[in-house]
Amino acid sequence: MSTTIPDRRVSAVKVNGKDLAFDGVAVHTTLLDWLRDRGLTGAKEGCAEGECGACSVLVARPGIDTATEWTAVNACLLPAAALDGQEVITAEGLGSSTALHPVQQELAVRGGSQCGFCTPGFVCSMAAEYYRPGRTASSADRTTPAADRTSASADRTAAAGGGCDHEHGPNGFDLHALSGNLCRCTGYRPIRDAAYALGGPEADDALAARTSTPPPPPAPTRLEVAGAEFLRPAGLDEILELLADRPDAQIVAGSTDLGVEVNIRGVRAPLVVAVDRLSELREFTFGADETTGAVGRGRNQISIGAALTLSEIERLLAGRVPLLAQMFPQFASRLIRNGATIGGNLGTASPIGDTPPALLALDASLVLASSRGERVVPLADYFTGYRQTLKAPDELIRTILIPLPLATTTAFHKIAKRRLDDISSVAVGYSVEVVDGVVDSARIGLGGVAATPLRARATEDALTGRPWTEKTVREAAAVLAGEGTPMDDHRASASYRSAMLGQSLLRFYAQNLAAEGVSA
Amino acid sequence: MSTLSERPQRAVVGLPLPHESAALHVTGEALYTDDLVVRTRDVLHAWPVQSPHAHARITALDVQPAYDVPGVVRVLTADDLPGTNDAGVKHDEPLFPNEAMFHGHAICWVLGETLEAARLGAKAVQVEYEPLPSLVTVREAIAADSFQGTGRHLESGDVETAFAQAAHVFRGEFEFAGQEHFYLETHAALALVDEAGQIFVQSSTQHPSETQEIVAHVLGVPSHAVTVQCLRMGGGFGGKEMQPHGFAAIAALGATLTGRPVRLRLNRTQDMTMSGKRHGFHSEWRAGFDDDGHLVALDATLTADGGWSLDLSEPVLARAMCHIDNGYWIPNVRVDGRIAKTNKTSQTAFRGFGGPQGMIVVEDLLGRCAPLLGYDAMELRRRNLYQSHHATPYGQPVRHAERLEACWSQVLEIGDVERRRTEIEQFNASHLHTKRALAMTPVKFGISFNLTAFNQAGALVHVYKDGSVLINHGGTEMGQGLHTKMLQVAATSLGVPLARVRLAPTRTDKVPNTSATAASSGADLNGAAIKNACEQIRERLAQVAGGKLGISPHDVRFTDGAVSGLYGDSLRWEDVVHAAYHQRVQLWAAGFYRTEGLHWDPAAMHGEPFKYFAYGVAAAEVEVDGFTGSYTLRRVDIVHDVGDSLSPLIDVGQIEGGFVQGAGWLTLEDLRWDESDGPNRGRVATQAASTYKLPSFSEMPEVFNVRLLEKAHEEGAVYGSKAVGEPPLMLAFSVREALRQAAAAFGPAGTSVDLGSPATPEAVYWALDRARSHPAAEGLNGQADGQAHGRVDGQVDGQVDGQVDGRLDGIERDGVRSPVKLSGV
Repeated sequence: MSTTIPDRRVSAVKVNGKDLAFDGVAVHTTLLDWLRDRGLTGAKEGCAEGECGACSVLVARPGIDTATEWTAVNACLLPAAALDGQEVITAEGLGSSTALHPVQQELAVRGGSQCGFCTPGFVCSMAAEYYRPGRTASSADRTTPAADRTSASADRTAAAGGGCDHEHGPNGFDLHALSGNLCRCTGYRPIRDAAYALGGPEADDALAARTSTPPPPPAPTRLEVAGAEFLRPAGLDEILELLADRPDAQIVAGSTDLGVEVNIRGVRAPLVVAVDRLSELREFTFGADETTGAVGRGRNQISIGAALTLSEIERLLAGRVPLLAQMFPQFASRLIRNGATIGGNLGTASPIGDTPPALLALDASLVLASSRGERVVPLADYFTGYRQTLKAPDELIRTILIPLPLATTTAFHKIAKRRLDDISSVAVGYSVEVVDGVVDSARIGLGGVAATPLRARATEDALTGRPWTEKTVREAAAVLAGEGTPMDDHRASASYRSAMLGQSLLRFYAQNLAAEGVSA
Repeated sequence: MSTLSERPQRAVVGLPLPHESAALHVTGEALYTDDLVVRTRDVLHAWPVQSPHAHARITALDVQPAYDVPGVVRVLTADDLPGTNDAGVKHDEPLFPNEAMFHGHAICWVLGETLEAARLGAKAVQVEYEPLPSLVTVREAIAADSFQGTGRHLESGDVETAFAQAAHVFRGEFEFAGQEHFYLETHAALALVDEAGQIFVQSSTQHPSETQEIVAHVLGVPSHAVTVQCLRMGGGFGGKEMQPHGFAAIAALGATLTGRPVRLRLNRTQDMTMSGKRHGFHSEWRAGFDDDGHLVALDATLTADGGWSLDLSEPVLARAMCHIDNGYWIPNVRVDGRIAKTNKTSQTAFRGFGGPQGMIVVEDLLGRCAPLLGYDAMELRRRNLYQSHHATPYGQPVRHAERLEACWSQVLEIGDVERRRTEIEQFNASHLHTKRALAMTPVKFGISFNLTAFNQAGALVHVYKDGSVLINHGGTEMGQGLHTKMLQVAATSLGVPLARVRLAPTRTDKVPNTSATAASSGADLNGAAIKNACEQIRERLAQVAGGKLGISPHDVRFTDGAVSGLYGDSLRWEDVVHAAYHQRVQLWAAGFYRTEGLHWDPAAMHGEPFKYFAYGVAAAEVEVDGFTGSYTLRRVDIVHDVGDSLSPLIDVGQIEGGFVQGAGWLTLEDLRWDESDGPNRGRVATQAASTYKLPSFSEMPEVFNVRLLEKAHEEGAVYGSKAVGEPPLMLAFSVREALRQAAAAFGPAGTSVDLGSPATPEAVYWALDRARSHPAAEGLNGQADGQAHGRVDGQVDGQVDGQVDGRLDGIERDGVRSPVKLSGV
C-alpha cells in the first residue's frame, strides 16, 4: 500500500455545530445511516438512490460568490467517511419545534407538510436556496407572473438556465432548488408558496454569517474497517501512484453513482478513493486568459476540472455555453448536481448520461492523467462499449476541454417521462454552424439510443454543405431517426426513441428558423 | 334527525389550522416507526429471501449457510411458527409459502445484529425452485380462466331494449395500469416482548386492529396478548390497510423467538417488489346514446387484476362497479365484475379503492365517443350529469345531485372557462407544433365502507383533574390531518381552547376492534365517536355546573373554556372539572359511533351502501408539444364539496394532493412488469424511484385554484362535514381528457383519440401522431405506426357491414342507426 497517504484515521464531523466522533463507521456506511444511528432521525431514507430527497442535508462547501455555501446534498449517497472534518447541518440543526427556522415556519403554517416524512429534506433543500448568495427579489425581474403569460414555448425546458417564469418566486427563489425532493401528499402548491414567501436571513443569522469564512479544508483520510478501505489522499500525485498500485481502486467524487450501487445492488468495493476536493481537479479557465501551457490546454478553449460539480460548472460558465446552459437544469436534480461531478458522469460512461451528448456536440476532449503522464483523448473516441472507455485502470479524468469558438446554433434536447429529475429516454446535443444559409458544420451527440453515447455521423453528413431549409432538415431527420440501435425498455419503446430522434431535428429547425433568418 | 351535524357558535372546527404535527415535521422531531430503532437497545434487523421466479415450487430450503455469516442470529421459516401460517384475513396468504407466487415473494427472513449481516445472511440462504407456468398479464389470466373470489353482477333497467332503441352504439376495450403507492415511508415494524410475554408492535399501519389480529393468529396467542401502536405514517394511501400485517407478524415472531426487539423496515426495492398496488383493470364495454347525447345504456365487463391473493380485491371490485357511472345518469346499466388471479403482488387498497377504476371507463368512453357523436366533450358530460330525482344503478337516490351542477357552474366562473376556450382555439389555430386543450370532469364518490360492519368507530376521552384533556381514537394519522380534525372536534365538543386538548398515539389497547382508517371515513367515524364521548362528559359536567350556577343543566353552555348559562355568571372550565372530581363524577368516557341508514345486498349489488356522496368538478388546461408528446399542466380550477369543512387548510391540502396523485396515476406513473418469457418474467420492471416517476414540481399545475363548495352542510355527519381523502383524486380525469383533446387538436376536427393510460409523453405522442396522420389531415408530418392502447379485435356484429368509418383508433361503432357525424372526415 502506498505510504504517501498520512496515516490519519477519520475523526469527527461537525453536525449542527457539535463535533460528533466517527465511532464504528464502516467504509460503506452512508452519511444518512450514520446520522440516524446517532439519533438524528430527521433525515429519512425514501429511496436510497438520490431521487426523493428525504435525506437532504446541508454541507459547508467552497462557494463561488461567498467563501462558503450551504450546499444541499443527498445524505443517502455519500459515504460518511467522505465528510471527515466537514460541517453538516440537518433539519434538527436549523430550528426546533419551539424555535422554528424561517423556512420551517413558512412550511409549517402554510400546510407544506402532510405526512411529514419528506419534510426535513425539503427544509434542507429550501434552506440552501434561502441562503444562496445572490438570491434576491431582483433576480426574478426577468420573469413575469404566470398569469400574465400569453404564450408558452414548446421548449420551455430548454429556456436558458431553466429560467421559466413560474419557476421563480418574487423573492428570487429558484424552484429548481427543490427539483430533487419528492412529496407524495401535498401536490406541492403549499411548498411552492412557502418557498416564495421567504424573506432574507436576519442580520444575526449564524448560518448566513458562516458563509463569509471558508469551509473546512478536505482532510486527508484513511479508514480501514473489516478488510475495506476508504482513502482521501492529499494530492493528485498520491492518487495517481495509488492507482498504479491498485487498479481495483474505486474512485469516488460525488458518489451519486457509487452510492446507488452500494445501496441498491450491494456493491462493496474493497478500496474507495475520494477525489472530489482535489484542487488539481477543480481548475477552471475560460478561453483567452489560459496560459498554463500544460498538455492539452490551449488558448482557445474552456478547461473544466473533472471534480467540479455540475452546479459549480453551471455557475462558473454563467450561460456562456448556451448548449450546456440548456442541459444543466435537465440534468437530474439540484441535489444531485450539487454532488455529481462532470468527470464522474464521463467516468461511469453510461449511455444515458446527460453530459456526453452535449459534450460530443461541443467536440470536447478529455485529459487523462496517470503516473505515466497525461494524454488528450477526443470524447468521440472515448466510449468503446457499454460502460467501457479508452481510460486505462490507472488513469483518472483530470480535465474536460471544450474548443472555442462555439457554434452559433446549439441546443440540448432531452426526452424523458418527467420534465425535472428524470433519466433520458433520448438525449440529443446540437452544434450547427450555418453560413449564408448553408450548413457549414454540424455536430450531433446522441444518448439513449445505443450501448454508448455517439455522434450522429450520417445525419451530420446529410446536413453539412446543404442549404439550411426544411427540405434538407426533413431528409436529415429521416436519417437521424435511423441512427443508433435503440431498444425497448420501461422508459420508452424503441420506436418512440427512433421517432424522437427524427422529431428532435425538426424541432431544432423550427426553433431556430427565426434566429437564422430562414423563411419556413 | 340527529344533532351530529349541528355546529355551535365559536366552534374550533372550521378554523384553518395547520397540521397538528407541522412543527415536528419541519424540524425532523416527528417520529416514525423506524426512527424508534435508535431509541431501542439490542435491536435485530430483518432481511427477506425473495423469489427470483414469478411462480415456482420450493423444493428445498437450506438456511444453514446463513448461520455461517457473522452477525446472523436467526433465520425465520415456517418451522418456527407457533400459530397459523397466514398473513391475511382471507386465509390465502401464507406468511412462509411453499410455493413462490410472484417474483419477489418472501420465502423466509434472516435476523442479524446489523442490517448488513441480515442482508448477507439472506444472500447465503439456499433455495431450490421448480419453476411453474406463470400468468403475468390480466389478458393471460382471462385466457387461462384464472380467477379468484366472487364475481359480481349489477343490473338496472332494461339494457337490451335500450341498446336496440339507441341511436348510436359504440363498443370498446380498454386496459389500464395500476399504481404504486410510493408512500415516502416504506413498510416498517418494530416488535418487543415484555416480561409477561405480551407483544408490543410499533407498526406503520392504517389498520392497527387487524395488524393485531394477524400477529395474534401467527403467534397463536389471543388478541389481548398483542398491542399494536401507530405513532404516525409517512403516507399510507391504502397501501398500509392490509399489507403491514405480515411484516408486523415477522417482527413479532422474531422478537418472540429471540427475546430481542426486531426491526423490519423494507427498503424501497423490497417495498415495491413485495407490497400490493392499485389494481390495473381490463374492461370491455358497449355504450348506447340517444340523438341528444344522452347515455342511455351501458354494458361493461370489468376484470380486476388481483395479483396472487385475494386481499381487498372483492370490495375494490364492488366499488369499481358502483362507480362506473361517476356523475352521470345512465338509465340502463349492466356490469359484470371478476377478479383475475395472476403471479404478481397482491393488489390492494389505493386511494379511491376501485372508484377510479370504474370511473375511468365512463370518462374514457365519453372522451372517445364525443367527437363521433359530434359533441364537444364538455357539453356531452354536462348534459349527462345526475339530477336530484335520479338514483344510481344499484338503487341509491343521488341526494344533493344539484351540487354537481353547482360545482360545474362555479368552475366555469372561477376558471373563466369560456374565455379561455376561445383563447385556446386561437392559440391552436396559430400554433402548428403546440396544442392546448381544456377539459372538465365531475366526481361523485360514495362515502362509507361498502362492507357495512366497518362503519363503526370508538374513542376514549379523558379529562384530568387539572382540566386538561387527552383524546384517543381508533383512526391513524398518515398525513391526511385526521388528528388535527379530531383535536378540533374534541375542543368544539367540550367547549375548550384547542391547547387544552392533547391526542395520544393510536393503540389497540386504548380503543379495540377498530376499522381501518380508510374509505375517506376517518373523520366521519372517529369524529362522531369522539363527539359522543365528549358529550357524555359534558352532560355530567353540566349537572355539576348547573348546581353551582343555580340553573338547569340544559341551559349550561361550554364555550372557549368558560362554563355559563344563557346569561349571568360564568365558571372556569378547570374549576368545574375540579368540582366534578370532588363530587365523584366520572371524568372520562368511551365514545362509540355507527353510521345509520346503510343497507347493502352484496349478492344482488343493490341497496344504499353510502351515507352520502362527495361531489366535485375540475377544469384542467394542458399544453402538448407535437414533437415529443410532452406536456405541461397550465392551470387547474376545482370546486369541491367537503360539506362544512372541519379544517379548511387540511381539506384544501387533501384536494390538491389527491388531484396531483390522481394525475400521477393517469399521466406519469408507469408501472411496468416484465411480461416477456425471459429469465425476469414477472419482475416489477419499475421498482425504484429512478424508474417509477412520481409527480414532482414539474407536474404541479402552474396555476392551481381550489375552492370549497359553500353552503354545503351535510346532515347526519359530524359538524356537517364530508369526507375528503379519496374523492379529489378522481378530479384528475380532467387532465387525461384535456390531453386527449389536445392530441386530437393535431388532427382534423372531430378526431376521436384513443389514449393509453398512463398518458405518458410517449402515449400522448402516439395519440397525436395518429391524429395528425389521419387521412383528413393535410400536410402534416408523421408516420402512423402508433401503438394503440385499447385495441379492439374487431368482431363487429353482423349488422354493421361496411361501416368502415365507424372505427377510429380502437373504438367500434356498432349497430349504427343514424349517420356518423364526423365533421371534417
